[in-house]
Parts: sequence; structure tokens; C-alpha cells
Amino acid sequence: MIGGLFIYNHKGEVLISRVYRDDIGSQAADSAVFSSSGPFLGERLGGSVRRNAVDAFRVNVIHARQQVRSPVTNIARTSFFHVKRSNIWLAAVTKQNVNAAMVFEFLYKMCDVMAAYFGKISEENIKNNFVLIYELLDEILDFGYPQNSETGALKTFITQQGIKSQTKEEQSQITSQVTGQIGWRREGIKYRRNELFLDVLESVNLLMSPQGQVLSAHVSGRVVMKSYLSGMPECKFGMNDKIVIEKQGKGTADETSKSGKQSIAIDDCTFHQCVRLSKFDSERSISFIPPDGEFELMRYRTTKDIILPFRVIPLVREVGRTKLEVKVVIKSNFKPSLLAQKIEVRIPTPLNTSGVQVICMKGKAKYKASENAIVWKIKRMAGMKESQISAEIELLPTNDKKKWARPPISMNFEVPFAPSGLKVRYLKVFEPKLNYSDHDVIKWVRYIGRSGIYETRC
Amino acid sequence: MTDSKYFTTTKKGEIFELKAELNSDKKEKKKEAVKKVIASMTVGKDVSALFPDVVNCMQTDNLELKKLVYLYLMNYAKSQPDMAIMAVNTFVKDCEDPNPLIRALAVRTMGCIRVDKITEYLCEPLRKCLKDEDPYVRKTAAVCVAKLHDINAQLVEDQGFLDTLKDLISDSNPMVVANAVAALSEIAESHPSSNLLDLNPQSINKLLTALNECTEWGQIFILDCLANYTPKDDREAQSICERVTPRLSHANSAVVLSAVKVLMKFMEMLSKDLDYYGTLLKKLAPPLVTLLSAEPELQYVALRNINLIVQKRPEILKHEMKVFFVKYNDPIYVKLEKLDIMIRLASQANIAQVLAELKEYATEVDVDFVRKAVRAIGRCAIKVEQSAERCVSTLLDLIQTKVNYVVQEAIVVIKDIFRKYPNKYESVIATLCENLDSLDEPEARAAMIWIVGEYAERIDNADELLESFLEGFHDESTQVQLQLLTGIVKLFLKKPTETQELVQQVLSLATQDSDNPDLRDRGYIYWRLLSTDPVAAKEVVLAEKPLISEETDLIEPTLLDELICYIGTLASVYHKPPSAFVEGGRGVVHKSLPPRTASSESAESPETAPAGAPPGEQPDVIPAQGDLLGDLLNLDLGPPVSSPPLTTSSVQMGAVDLLGGGLDSLMGDEPEGIGGTNFVAPPTAAVPASLGAPIGSGLSDLFDLTSGVGTLSGSYVAPKAVWLPAMKAKGLEISGTFTRQVGSISMDLQLTNKALQVMTDFAIQFNRNSFGLAPAAPLQVHAPLSPNQTVEISLPLSTVGSVMKMEPLNNLQVAVKNNIDVFYFSTLYPLHILFVEDGKMDRQMFLATWKDIPNENEAQFQIRDCPLNAEAATSKLQSSNIFTVAKRNVEGQDMLYQSLKLTNGIWVLAELRVQPGNPSCTDLELSLKCRAPEVSQHVYQAYETILKN
Repeated sequence: MIGGLFIYNHKGEVLISRVYRDDIGSQAADSAVFSSSGPFLGERLGGSVRRNAVDAFRVNVIHARQQVRSPVTNIARTSFFHVKRSNIWLAAVTKQNVNAAMVFEFLYKMCDVMAAYFGKISEENIKNNFVLIYELLDEILDFGYPQNSETGALKTFITQQGIKSQTKEEQSQITSQVTGQIGWRREGIKYRRNELFLDVLESVNLLMSPQGQVLSAHVSGRVVMKSYLSGMPECKFGMNDKIVIEKQGKGTADETSKSGKQSIAIDDCTFHQCVRLSKFDSERSISFIPPDGEFELMRYRTTKDIILPFRVIPLVREVGRTKLEVKVVIKSNFKPSLLAQKIEVRIPTPLNTSGVQVICMKGKAKYKASENAIVWKIKRMAGMKESQISAEIELLPTNDKKKWARPPISMNFEVPFAPSGLKVRYLKVFEPKLNYSDHDVIKWVRYIGRSGIYETRC
Repeated sequence: MTDSKYFTTTKKGEIFELKAELNSDKKEKKKEAVKKVIASMTVGKDVSALFPDVVNCMQTDNLELKKLVYLYLMNYAKSQPDMAIMAVNTFVKDCEDPNPLIRALAVRTMGCIRVDKITEYLCEPLRKCLKDEDPYVRKTAAVCVAKLHDINAQLVEDQGFLDTLKDLISDSNPMVVANAVAALSEIAESHPSSNLLDLNPQSINKLLTALNECTEWGQIFILDCLANYTPKDDREAQSICERVTPRLSHANSAVVLSAVKVLMKFMEMLSKDLDYYGTLLKKLAPPLVTLLSAEPELQYVALRNINLIVQKRPEILKHEMKVFFVKYNDPIYVKLEKLDIMIRLASQANIAQVLAELKEYATEVDVDFVRKAVRAIGRCAIKVEQSAERCVSTLLDLIQTKVNYVVQEAIVVIKDIFRKYPNKYESVIATLCENLDSLDEPEARAAMIWIVGEYAERIDNADELLESFLEGFHDESTQVQLQLLTGIVKLFLKKPTETQELVQQVLSLATQDSDNPDLRDRGYIYWRLLSTDPVAAKEVVLAEKPLISEETDLIEPTLLDELICYIGTLASVYHKPPSAFVEGGRGVVHKSLPPRTASSESAESPETAPAGAPPGEQPDVIPAQGDLLGDLLNLDLGPPVSSPPLTTSSVQMGAVDLLGGGLDSLMGDEPEGIGGTNFVAPPTAAVPASLGAPIGSGLSDLFDLTSGVGTLSGSYVAPKAVWLPAMKAKGLEISGTFTRQVGSISMDLQLTNKALQVMTDFAIQFNRNSFGLAPAAPLQVHAPLSPNQTVEISLPLSTVGSVMKMEPLNNLQVAVKNNIDVFYFSTLYPLHILFVEDGKMDRQMFLATWKDIPNENEAQFQIRDCPLNAEAATSKLQSSNIFTVAKRNVEGQDMLYQSLKLTNGIWVLAELRVQPGNPSCTDLELSLKCRAPEVSQHVYQAYETILKN
């Protein structure tokens, strides 16, 4: 299991170090240093030999000149798993054959927990909260085994305020929640107004050939729920999943043909741990008791019948060795009543570009030398419209034999619908113990489609 | 709250100041001081001098302060064991605290303090906490048992904590179950023999129930534990799979991968005809693809695992090529892995798309990635014949870009394409030659020289080209020098008239001016060949080359199977077994996939075999396996086996298994024949090998001298036969025979070194065989074997090795290793070496047994031309442990009733009919009865050899 966890700043200085297992630093040498040295000698030696692992990581990963070639590094039979958040490194260290996927999942979870407690993960925030972080690490990792790491539960007893005032009932409530089946929700939550928000957030990914052929396209979507519900509500979520609709439509053939058009084929989906997976597996129904506040209910992926909100038509012409002519047309492909926002087209330019002249019909376009690209921004664009940019790029003559690689033209946008075609059909709430019913809950649903990696080769 | 200020104190007298603050009366000040201490500890300063002062702060009702002190204790207790005792009282008191959080905290921290004296005090509180009413305390205590086991395993066993821990598997709280499973799994790993986890259908059922209820981490512990279970039949395997598949939709990728591991492993037991098998295959693909939308680090872990899965079961992802297309912004480690998988999935159906992608990648920025992409194009050409032409033209396009490393990489792969499709694409040679000057990497230069030499007759200026390389001969790397030597010799043999000077030059460069022995030797060989017999030289140097294989980088099958058992773990990320990177005893236990059940074996028809690996490809993988075996042999046989064989057998098993697989595939046998056969006799140790071995070998040395005279005290010994000719074993010739003397079997070997090089480091290993024959001692060749020297060795054998039915029954596959290589041969041993001394049955027993064995088990044989009377036959047979129980005379014929027993306890009864009065009829009639009729044929052969010699 995980032998130790370290947090470094970008310089490689240790901000947090928590060792769970002795095997990651040679303990024999460790004690020798301590027994033979007084405090001053010890100080000069830099403390502990456990630092072996710490230093090895600094030298081999953080200070390495090359970019990271693998997120798992093995140095002297010790494995380092590392992730980076802004300029902070989190590293888990082990000498055993641990479950690698679990270690990374844990590191991400650790980031989530820290973010939930003190916001952005930065050197300053970590230093400001180091006592809290140690307390958290003590709780969510025991002897290197991840324990309950749901912030909802953790926040009930790791507060930095002391927990003297708890009564016996409160204490046992905490422990039963931390270890219980519904570890993500505490009991006794009360809201005057029962309300829930559902966000369907999709990112649509596309790779298109210069000729307009779709090389690969998929939507990866998330359903994010914010729940402010009292008690222990039992929820049931329904969407236009093809399998469900077809199953239901068996009785009335009429309905199948009508609703069949609108249903979508989901390639695969994964759920938050509150969802009863065996029930989904057998009946394909999504039922759960939600955590309080915001969480990601499900993730899904679709590849069929994707609505591609934009089409990019590039035209690049090399005029001699010192000039390029670029013309790019974008077409919006959705209902005229809808508006796309934050549209940005990024047209890469060669490294030896000396000057660029741009003309665009709509929005603003600029050549950004530092990014080697022409960036064309349009604030809003309605459906079924078309816009165009043309640019003349002047090049410096070079003796570089290598041809320009022509990176793809990429695009960013945001549209108010789900490109996969997913529709929320219902979200029912039952709370038998408290006297509110499904009708009393105020529900909000929102669809946002964003560009993922939306590229057209030119 | 600004804790960061604690990091900034760097004053000199800091320690003393802190000391004062720690002893302050004010609570707030104390807490501040402890925080400062922890901050110093974090940045690596030694604050152990403050130990007593910090421990003094321990007794507090402020939980935050308490946690800080505990943190300090965990770090420094080991360096101050005597002082740490001061803390014990507080710990013990805290373990009784009414607040469960404090009880758990105390027991958790105590387990982290690795001081013996504290450990002693830990036992009582831990016992209580394991039975605590609060689940939070129990789940913490469960992990604490693993901690304690790490410090003092004996103590944990003596105190009976393991049993308590086992009980927790049935706990009502899912998290307690999960932690107990995790702790037990870890403890079990260090005791591979103990049956700690004791997985049986009931406990599995409990685990599967808990699986639905516990946290994501708990689910991982449970799934990883389930993967170690071997279901008793395919039905149980299926029902477990059914209950595990819902986990594939979990948001946590580690849960998904662990579930995949369980399914991949148990699928091995399911028949391919089953509908469920197909369903399962279909269910596996989407979650694997979904893993690719996780964060990049997890994508990397997933891709490394998918790489294994694709090799094991290519059918799962064969339609998912597109998801492995590289994205511009993927981190480089993800890109490289995706590329690998793309090549594995490439097939005729998708090759056009793949090539278009690869061409795209070849223009990217990262040099490693571009190189790999170019190499991938070459591999596609070799893998999918239909695409070869397109690949070659793509490669030519890339060469036109003139990007140095692209050109070089392209030339290296074009060489391989030439090897695969000779006389097809040689038209491109001209283009290649244009780029001669830009090649600066040894591999590319060597490839180019190979091409020029190989096709010298079609290249007009081949001599000029090669000559140009010759100028800087001594600055070239060995690879290039060797290739240049060969290339010029080829050129000379093809165009002898104009290149005589050139060949002279290169030969003298290689033989006279070089220090490299390989180069010099090769030079001399060519020289000698050319000067003595140019025709022979032509035959040797220009011999037709074997075609190269499609997949050169497949993971060797046994390793692949082992890695499949480690899906999700580091081993699957490194593609190495845990023993390669884990220190000490942990994780050295070899895992293997469960064997197919008998019912499914019949369903194994040739066309359902994985399409990616037709049998024809097998031999190409073997060389790598050979190297691996060599390493293993080195590892396992290197130290002299002085301990009794039983203790070493667990370690050697792994090696034997690997060897088994290797030999099987080498001999073209079906390794599946293990599970389904009903003839698996338990290996009974007839002779204690450790006792018999030294005497046996000593005696046989003595008897070796006298065996020619025909002594009666041992069974018949066949003359030595050549088992391994020198031709096949790089100069090592092995001949040998088997003997049985006074109850011990040995293999008498004669090793002759017919090479020109001294041989050392001999070791021997047997494949599993029908009677569990195994070396009882290492092969002892005391001095290095110098050229033309011969040694005689008697290798004592035991019959306690692993058993596997062989075809023929008495086949023995042997691997012998020396400093040069590993060699394999197989030999047939005479069955009579297995006849044991106490093989005489009493008469009553004989009669009863004879009747008892069904008649269809009786086999009749004739031994021709054997003019012996009953007495002579009896005495001859008796010396080989075939005992005459009774003798009868019926109508002038002598009927001998005989019995013998094999080392594995099988009795064979015989009736031998001798006709002494009739000189014209010298044939003996033998009829054999045995419960295992397979052996009859071989017993007959043994009779024949014994009686005729």
C-alpha cells in the first residue's frame, strides 16, 4: 500500500510529508543518525534519512530537464506516483506492488478534499492549512489504505474547531456515518425549501479531416447535481436512454416510434458511488440517495448521432516559400433560435511567421506571435449562420529542411443544448419519513455543451 | 488562519525558544509551539530534541493538539524508544475513552509507533478495540492488526489476532469487512503457504454482499481479494462474474480495473461456447474505453493495462481502434502508449485509417513519438500484408521530408520490410541511397549497409557506397562495423571481379586493426571461408534468410498470464512481475490464471483460438523466453541446494512452471492437457531423496566401473546414448542413461565440450513429467569444462517433483544451462528405474487384485527371440525389482506370476509364459494387468530390455 505521501512546491521543497510505512526510507540508517548525533548534528544532516525518498523525487522528477515521461517513476526500487495541480506536486510513494489505479484515484480525491476545505491548491493555501492537511491525511489514509474520503462526512468531525462539545449521540452518529452504507450523507439535514439543480454538461470532441470527413467524434458528458433536500431522500433519475425507452415501448408500439427518434444510444456510463449499481445492471434504473450539495451523478460517453455544433472548413495555400494564404469558414449547425457563446477559433501559424494580415467578417481576430497562432474570437453566434476569416501570412525564409507540421485548427465554444441529444426525462424524489413529496421539490435543469478537443486538420 | 508563519522561523536559537513555549502554561501558546515543531519537522529539520516537552503536551482534552502530538510521536518515537514509553499510559487511557473517535485515534497511532516496548502494551487495547461496539473503532483496529503484523508477526499469531480478524469478515458493517479483507490480504501475502483468507463459496458470498455496500476503496480491497480466489467450476465462476459486472459502471477507475481483473481471470474458466462468455466480452469493451476519458495519469495506467488485455484477448477491443487515436494535447506518455495499442489492433479492416493517422503523427514535434510512429508504419506493413505497399509509399513520402531522424527511422523499418517481403519493393533502393549522407545513427547506418550488401547486384555503385563507409571504419560502432564487414563480403561474392581490393581492405581492418573479438572472429571466418572454398562461402554468406515474424514485441505468454492476474497494479504498469521491483519476500508468489475446466476443454476448437496468435508464430517468441529461462535457472539453481527439497520446492515451482510452458510450446505440445487428464498420480516419495542422493551417487560411481561385468545388485543399465548432439547445443554434447541402485534413481550424464570455449555454470532443470522425476541435487560440475574435455556426472533424482502426464508417458524434457545458453532436449527413460524394491505382493493379495482389475485393463504382449528358462528370467527380472510371486507349470509351459510397484504407488501384475522345452519357440508371452493401463506398454518395453540384456 501507499508508503508515504508528500506535497512539494515547484522548487521541490517539501510542504507536507506523511510517512505511513517504514520501508520507503531506510529505517536502520535513520535511527543510526539519530542515536549518534545531538540536535545540532542532526540538524546539519538535514533531519531524517527518510528524506532519501523525498530527495530522490525532487532530483529525478521535479528538477528533471525533460518533460514528464511517465506519471509513475521507479527510482531505486521505490515507485513514485505523481500528479501536479497548478505548481504543486503531490507524490505517493511505495515499495510494494500496489493498485496503481487506486493510488491515482486517491491522489485526485485528496485534491478534491483539500479544495473542498480551503479552495485552490496553492503553496500558500497548503502552508496555511498544514495542520488541517495532516489531520486529513491521518483520517483518510490509514497505514496506506484509503478510508472514507467523502467531504460531506469528513466535515462533520474534522473541523479545526475541536469537537469537545459533541454529545454521545452525535459522536455515534458521526462514526456510523463515516463507516456506514451511506457514508456520503449525514442524517438530519433540513431545508425550508427543497430544491435541486441538474446540469447536463457535455464536451463534444471532434477530429475532422481537411476534406470534412469525421475521423472521430464523441461526447463525454456529466450530469452534475446540486441537491438541497431534507432528510434521506430516495431519488430516481430518468433520461432518454435508448435501452430504457425501447424496453418501455414494448407494450405500445406507437410510442416506440415516436419516442424512439429522440432516444440516444449511450456507449458507456459510470456513476457516483451513491448510485445502486446492481440495480442499474439489472433494471437500468438509476436510483440513489444523493450527497448534500454538489456532486457528479454520472458520466457518460456517446459516439452515435452527435450534433456537431460547428463545422470548420479550412483552406491553406502556400504561395511560394515565403507566403501562406489561409481561409477558414465556420458554419453553425443548430436551431436558429439558439445562441452559441465564447467562440474561439485558433489557426496555427508556422514558427517563421514574420507578419500576418487578417480580415474577418465577424468578431475580432489577432495574430499572437507568442502562441504561434491567429486567434479569432466571436462573442455570440446564432444557429445556421456562417462566418469567414482570411489571412495572409508572411514567412521568413529559412534553411530548415523540415516542413511545417500544420497542427490542426482548434475551436472553442459553448452552446445551450446537449450535443449528444440527451434529455432529462424526470428526477423523482421520495422521502417517506418527512412530509414533503416530489411535487414540492423545485427542480432546475440546464444543458451546456462545450467544445472538448474540437479539431479540424488543415 | 495563517499557519504559514510557522514555516518562516529560521532563527538560530529556535529549539530553545520552542522548548520554553512548549512548557508554557497557556494552552494557546502550547498549541502554537507544537504547530511550529510540526512545521519544522515537515521541512526536514530535526526537532527530536524536543521529545519530552512535546510528549508532555499529550494529555489534553483538545483533540487538535492531541493529534499534533501523536503526529510528532509517530515520527520520532523510534529514535527515542525510552522516552516513548512515557506516552504509553496516555494511549492506554485514550483507548478507554468514551468518545469512539478518540479510542480509534489512540489505537491507530499506537500501531504506527514501531517501538517494541510500546507494541507490548498495544495488545490488550487492540483486543478490546477489535470487539468495540462502534464500527469506526473496529475498522481502525482491523488495520492496526496489519500494522502490528508488520512490526512483530509472531506476536500477532500468538495473540490470536488473526482469528479475530477473520471473524471481522462477517462483521455487519461493510467498512469493517473491507478493512479486514485488506489487512488479511496483506498479511497473507507474506505467508503464501498459510490459508489465511480461506476463501470458500460462503466467504465469497459474504464479500460479494459487502461489495455492494462499502466505500469505493473498500470495493477495491474486496475485488482485489476476490481475484485471488479460484472458483471450483465454471458455474461458480460465472455467478461471481455476474455479481461483479455492475462494478464496471463505477465512477472510480480503480474499482473498474479491479473488476476487469476479476472478470479477465475468471473468464479463463468459462467455455467459449457459452452465451455468457460472449456477453461478458461485450460488456468489457465500453468501460475500458471510458477509462480513456479519465485524467491523464489514470489514462496511462489504463492504457498499460489495455496493452495487456489486447494481447490476451484481442477480440474485446478489436472494433475500438478510433478511441486510441492520439490527440494533439495528450501528454507524451499517453501518446506513446496509444500508439502501441494502435499497432496491436491494426488489421486489414482498419489499416487505411491507421496509416493515415500514423502519417499525421510522423510530423509531430516530440522526437520519440515521431520515431515510434515511423516504426509503427513499418510494423503495420509487416503485420498486414495487404497494406505493405501503401506503407512503403508512406515511408517514402516521409523520407522526402528530409527530417533527419524520420529518414533514419524509415530506413531501419524498410530493412525489415525487405526481410519480410523479399524481391518486392527493391525499387525504392535508389531513393534510400540518396539519403546515405544524412545517416548518423548506428542503427540506421547498419540498416542501410545491410540493404546495400543484400542487394549489391542491383545497385550499380554498391562498391562506392560501401567504400565510403569504410573510410571511418574505426569510428563506427560495432553494429555498423559488423554489418559493413558482412556487406562487403556479400558484395564480393556477388561481384568478385571489381571488389577484390575492397574485401581485402575490410578483412584486414577487421582482423588486424580491431580489438573487438566479435569483429575479429567474424573477419577470420570470412577470410578462411573465402580462401579455402569460395563456393561454400557463397552458400553460407548468401544463404536464404528465414522470414521475420509479425509481432516481435509480444509479451511472453506465461508472463502475460501472470500480469493479467495483476491488472490495475504497478506490475501491470511496468509490465514486470512484482518480484522484479519489490524487495524481499513480498509479492514473490507467482500468480497464474485458473486452468480451464474439463467441460470447456473439449470446446477448444482450432478456429476459436485467438486470431492474433496462430500456432505458426509461436517459435518467434521463444528466444526471449529462453533468455528469461536462463535467468530463472541462474536464480533458482545457482546456490547449492543444501536444504531438504521440500522447503525449496515452493520457490522452484515458479521456475518449473515457466519451464513447463516454455518446453511445451517449444515441442509444439498442447499445454491444455493438464486439467482434463484423469491420470495424475500423487507423487509419493518412495525414497527420501535427501538421504538417498549422496549414497546413490557415490555408489553409482563405484558401480560404473563394474557395471560392464554384469552385477546383480542393481537393475539393468542401458549404455549411454547421445541425448543432445553438439550441433544443436553450441558445442555441448550430452549423452547419458538412467540407473537405479539400491533404491535411488540417478541420471548418469557425460558432458563433452566440443566447442572452442570453456564452459562453466552448468545447471539442469526438468519439465514436469509423468512420474514427478526431478533432480535431487544441483548439477555439480566442479571445474570449468575446457574444450575437448569430458566429465561424467551422476545426478541423483527424486520422484517428488511436479507431475504432468507426458506423451509418451516416459518422456522427460530437460533443460541444461551453461554460460553460453540454455538448451533443451527430451529423452525417454526406461520405466524399470521406477520399479521400487518393495514391489513384491503376497499371493492372496495378488489373486484378489488380479480378479479385481477389470479385464479390459489386461494387455497382451509377445517378447520374441528370448531363449530363457523360467529361473534365468526370474533372476534377471528380480534384479530390476520385478518379483515373482508364484510359479506354475501348465502343459509344459512355465507360468510366472509377477508383481512390481512404481514409485507413485501403482501396482502392475504380470503373467509371463515361458516354454523351456521347446527350442523352436523362443517367444515369451506376457500379459499385464494394471489399474492404470497406460503404463502397460512401457512396462512391456522394460521387460523386453531387461530380459534381452
